[in-house]
Amino acid sequence: MTTETLVPFDEVLERYDPAMGLEVHVELNTNTKMFCGCPATFGGEPNTQVCPTCLGLPGSMPVVNAKAVESAIRIGLALNGSIAEWCRFARKNYFYPDMPKNFQTSQYDEPIVYDGYLDVEVEGETFRVEIERAHMEEDTGKTTHIGGATGRIHGADYSLVDYNRAGIPLIEIVTRPILGAGEKAPLVAKAYVAALREILLGLGVSDVRMDQGSMRCDVNLSLSPKGSGELGTRTETKNVNSLRSVERAVRFEMSRHAGILDAGEAIFQETRHFHEDTGTTSAGRPKSDADDYRYFPEPDLVPVAPSREWVEELRGTLPEPPAEKRARLQAEWGYSDLEMRDVWAAGAMVLIEETVAAGASAQAARKWWMAELSRAANDRGVELAEVGVTPVQVAEVQKLVDAKTLTDKLARQVFEGLVAGEGTVAEIIDARGLAVVSDDGALGAAVDDAIAAQPAVAEKIRGGNQAAAGALIGAVMKATGGKADAKRVRELILEKLA
Amino acid sequence: MSELIQKSAAELADALAAGETTSVELTQLYLDRIAAVDGEVHAFLHIDAEGALEQAAASDARRANGDALHALDGVPIAVKDVLTTIGLPTTCGSKMLEGWVPPYDATVVKKIKDAGLPILGKTNMDEFAMGSSTEHSAYGPTKNPWKLDRIPGGSGGGSAAAVAAFEAPLALGTDTGGSIRQPGAVTGTVGVKPTYGSVSRYGLVALANSLDQVGPVTRTVLDSALLHELIGGHDPLDSTSTTTPVTGLVDAARAGATGDLKGVKVGVIKELAGEGWAPDVMAKFNESVDLLTKLGADVVEVSTPSFEHAMAAYYLILPAECSSNLAKFDAMRYGLRVTPDGDPSAEDVMKASRDAGFGDEVKRRIILGTYALSSGYYDAYYGQAQKIRTLIIEDFKKAFEQVDVLVSPTSPSTAFKLGAKLDDPLAMYMQDLATIPANLAGTPGISIPAGVSDQDGLPVGVQLLAPVLEDARLYRVGAALEAAIGPVLGLDKLDDRLAAGGAA
Repeated sequence: MTTETLVPFDEVLERYDPAMGLEVHVELNTNTKMFCGCPATFGGEPNTQVCPTCLGLPGSMPVVNAKAVESAIRIGLALNGSIAEWCRFARKNYFYPDMPKNFQTSQYDEPIVYDGYLDVEVEGETFRVEIERAHMEEDTGKTTHIGGATGRIHGADYSLVDYNRAGIPLIEIVTRPILGAGEKAPLVAKAYVAALREILLGLGVSDVRMDQGSMRCDVNLSLSPKGSGELGTRTETKNVNSLRSVERAVRFEMSRHAGILDAGEAIFQETRHFHEDTGTTSAGRPKSDADDYRYFPEPDLVPVAPSREWVEELRGTLPEPPAEKRARLQAEWGYSDLEMRDVWAAGAMVLIEETVAAGASAQAARKWWMAELSRAANDRGVELAEVGVTPVQVAEVQKLVDAKTLTDKLARQVFEGLVAGEGTVAEIIDARGLAVVSDDGALGAAVDDAIAAQPAVAEKIRGGNQAAAGALIGAVMKATGGKADAKRVRELILEKLA
Repeated sequence: MSELIQKSAAELADALAAGETTSVELTQLYLDRIAAVDGEVHAFLHIDAEGALEQAAASDARRANGDALHALDGVPIAVKDVLTTIGLPTTCGSKMLEGWVPPYDATVVKKIKDAGLPILGKTNMDEFAMGSSTEHSAYGPTKNPWKLDRIPGGSGGGSAAAVAAFEAPLALGTDTGGSIRQPGAVTGTVGVKPTYGSVSRYGLVALANSLDQVGPVTRTVLDSALLHELIGGHDPLDSTSTTTPVTGLVDAARAGATGDLKGVKVGVIKELAGEGWAPDVMAKFNESVDLLTKLGADVVEVSTPSFEHAMAAYYLILPAECSSNLAKFDAMRYGLRVTPDGDPSAEDVMKASRDAGFGDEVKRRIILGTYALSSGYYDAYYGQAQKIRTLIIEDFKKAFEQVDVLVSPTSPSTAFKLGAKLDDPLAMYMQDLATIPANLAGTPGISIPAGVSDQDGLPVGVQLLAPVLEDARLYRVGAALEAAIGPVLGLDKLDDRLAAGGAA
């Protein structure tokens, strides 16, 4: 292999058009495995969640998990796809120690979902990502290589296989080549995976934890000479396991491909490993069209033929599509495009939705989540949802502000207490002594004191200079420790000096 | 030899019910018989005397308690070594699985255990059920009890020989292309391949999943019906299992035994006769056809033109499926492991183990199947074979529009000599010419003894075929024919041969 020359991203785009294809594997959160009754849960002692079928013992047979089929159909519908009236499982034959039968029961030319799409938005522009298919299959076991420096199979002393994962239901969602994204290709890839994740989360069919491998992404990328309209030779970067990595993998492979093509060499069709630490890829195994999995229909299973009634019934269970929901909420809340985009980017949409549901106005909810609480989350390096304040609490504080029991300034102190884990809203107000002084009697005394202390100012106000009241208000606020309602103080001063 | 063990399973069941014998006594008699003759016959790979006697004692206790019993409770049985059995080795006749003891029972094994049939042991077979003579067993061939230098058929030669030699009254076999029926024909026993999907395959170590079927191996048609009803029925663990209840077979056998076949239309398959069919076999077959006419059946000739291509289609579909099924034998989790010298990778271990563990016939079919499924060849081979399969199903459909059952010889010849076809795979494959179409179409078939050849004194089998899920027709017509032909006795001949030290 030649040494890698990386072409700067902007230069790549001067000479080449990128084409991407994304293959996303999603582990379903069904109770049991795809073809047997073993629990499909994560994290059991190795090889405790196994039976003759998922161990591939001689004589064992598969039975399709109906719940997994249901999840596949719901995913297909949510991705605007067609649901096959009749489809089969097929065997994908290849040898590997973590595959109990040395074939994976998957779907080949008869996927349960075909011809879908997902619209994703990148910097205000909408891209339609066409989905070729989504099919059902089973996961493999998990191999751990012991000994050797790399943790990879080469150099290992021995390997351990845990078959708990073998047979966990997977859905593989495959896009058609994504063309024409140009400079936005890395962002489109990331936005697609993010949008897909959001949909799956909304459907409740998977934990979609990229860090735990319940959602795994393979990135296919090729370049072609700019404007040629051809498809170049692709590489497949496997197991890109965070949204940021998806973007980086596309960016890196574009630069790497361009370097090879610029040198007049050909891209070697292969799988590649992604390295999270450096954001680079390295060669995996060669992959060519000659890879022969000898697919044929699984003779131990009957075809899956979901009735149209069932499909329509499942359509009725779909949550509102995220994009439509976003548009609806923006209209309801009266946010500008910019405001909505910021809210979305900050992960605050659902939090605001729940805050509004708890009684706060959309403007107040946005104010707290996007300013005070975003800052606090940033300072602590946590997601907004994990900052320690609930939507109900935000609504509760805002209610006190509306009732003039708290000022904005005091409210900020309440949030500070909540983030610090000092207790409930009431407890914090009590412990910190944060309630507004609104009793006219007590305020009146403080106002009288202030007027007495600054006779010159008082004289100006009597003379009609209302702006001078600020100095007296400040004095009163100071005297009450900031707990007075400034508006009421002003009213009292003006009354007394009228 | 005790007279008791010559009785049919139905007669033994009656004797048990009448208190004339006990299951322990019967089981011991069969174990004694096995001890006496199996050194010559080699029908068994594993014998479970202790387990069988325990099950027999439990059966006797149930009977003494007056608990509800299955008709066959206490009647011993032998099980082909391709069906998984908890605590008993299951080798499939292969070195690859030497010493493997499954942690689970096949559904049919569970059913016979639940019904109280003591399991005598596991019977010999061609390796992974590939063959028509049991000569491909890694543990040595089974011999035909009628003549010890002859093959007992295959792959289920062990089950057929055990029943023919009175080592067991009943046995379970499996039939992928004739592995129950052809051994039945050449050992003078009854063998049934039920409708595909009507008996669970869960726990049957698959040869070719779309063709395999478990079925009874017995000495009488009624015994097969009793065992067939016991093992049949829906199994949620087998997705290809039919939901239609498997009933009425015993009634059909009893009705047929009265001998009246008036109104029954029988079709003689034109394509399964003539050249390639031994004259002594055809002679016995024609006698059976005449008997059917005498019993009142309306016999006509029917044509099934696509049967001509059945063999070719079968030897693409079967190897394709088995090449994938046998991939699991990779030495990683169970079975034989051969570790080459040096610093072998997992792949090296897989290769060395598969090379040492599989016999030539198994390797031949794995290579054939791998080729047939390869990209670029799939349509020409596997795809074409599936089309022929559809044509054969159509042929059956058309034939059954004209007749109720079809009839043919089961096997083209009587039992040939051990070793005669071992170096000629095609000649061996031709043994299953008449039995393969039923597997391709999923239709049920039975082989019953049609008497012995005038040439060599060895049994000839006649095959009846019925439409899918119409297994009862086989029992009605089969029992009538059986009654008309009269019992085919091999007993004296066997003992003569065994007494002579196994010389042929």
